[in-house]
Amino acid sequence: MNEIPNLNYIKELAGDSEAFKEKIIGIIKREFPEEKKEFLQNYTAQNLGKSAENVHKLKHKIGMFGFEDGYQTAIDFEEELKKKNTSLYPKFMLILESIEHFLETL
Amino acid sequence: MNCIIIDDEETARVITQQLCSQVDELNVIEDFPNAMQAIKFLNKEEVDLIFLDIHMPDFTGFDFIDTLKNPPKIILTTSDKNFALEAFEYECIVDYLVKPITLPRFIKAIQKAESAQTAPTSETVKENDIESSSNSTEQKELYINIDRRLIKINIPTINMIEAKGDYILIKTESQNYTVHSTLKKIEEKLPDDLFLKVHRSYIINIKKIIDIEDNSVLIAKDVIPVSRSNRPELMKRLNML
Repeated sequence: MNEIPNLNYIKELAGDSEAFKEKIIGIIKREFPEEKKEFLQNYTAQNLGKSAENVHKLKHKIGMFGFEDGYQTAIDFEEELKKKNTSLYPKFMLILESIEHFLETL
Repeated sequence: MNCIIIDDEETARVITQQLCSQVDELNVIEDFPNAMQAIKFLNKEEVDLIFLDIHMPDFTGFDFIDTLKNPPKIILTTSDKNFALEAFEYECIVDYLVKPITLPRFIKAIQKAESAQTAPTSETVKENDIESSSNSTEQKELYINIDRRLIKINIPTINMIEAKGDYILIKTESQNYTVHSTLKKIEEKLPDDLFLKVHRSYIINIKKIIDIEDNSVLIAKDVIPVSRSNRPELMKRLNML
């Protein structure tokens, strides 16, 4: 995976508002691990329909952190899961881990 | 416009609030993490606009709309492009924003919502709802679907059609219609001996031209640009002395 997460979208939204930037990062830091955990629980339980819904939700944050190929991977993985196919799981997990590490630096 | 935000993702709600704060006309009254809370609120309060996430657990955005007797204008927010066509089954839905939402795209959606509120003579209809069976002058009628009714437009009364983002504005002698469609689509439905695309955003009825200047034509009260590449074809089609 060549893409690395960035804050371009959040900075653009925030403009001069440091308060907004801090607020949204705080919310993401709380929401993202919960969403990832829920996805993994459903995936481990082989509840692929629910996993697809989790991927759908995670897709927004993947897009927010500037992933373009990663966003497409999430779209493909969501569709794949609906068809009970899991081949994109390792690729998708790399994206989540990349975001997780990035959030630790913020 | 007084508005509310419905989204089960807090990040998305806060982002939509931030986007709303950039637009003077918008006043966010409340936001809700699920549709049920919003329904209770709407039983007591009226709003002008709802930002609505489609993909929510238990109760989807479309389920929510179906519960409303007189839905206000709705802008859908979603991470899924697949619902676009279904979205335009609903007359109240004025636009469809794919997350992550950028400010320019958001502003465009607000403009659509405003024009939908302030243009009583314009009627918004759904994509693929233009029906005309032939491309010849024999076909005099074009049908557009408004509120599940097919409205007949007499083709020769059309003055011009203008592309407006994801919509087209059909101007006739008596009324204007805003239709969710493309110039390409309607061009296929119009007799090509009567209509000509003179600019990437305009198709005109050449019988309605009042006068022509170098790079524009006058039809009714509208001055319509003519692109350099389309001008020769326009001149060829005119009965010139």
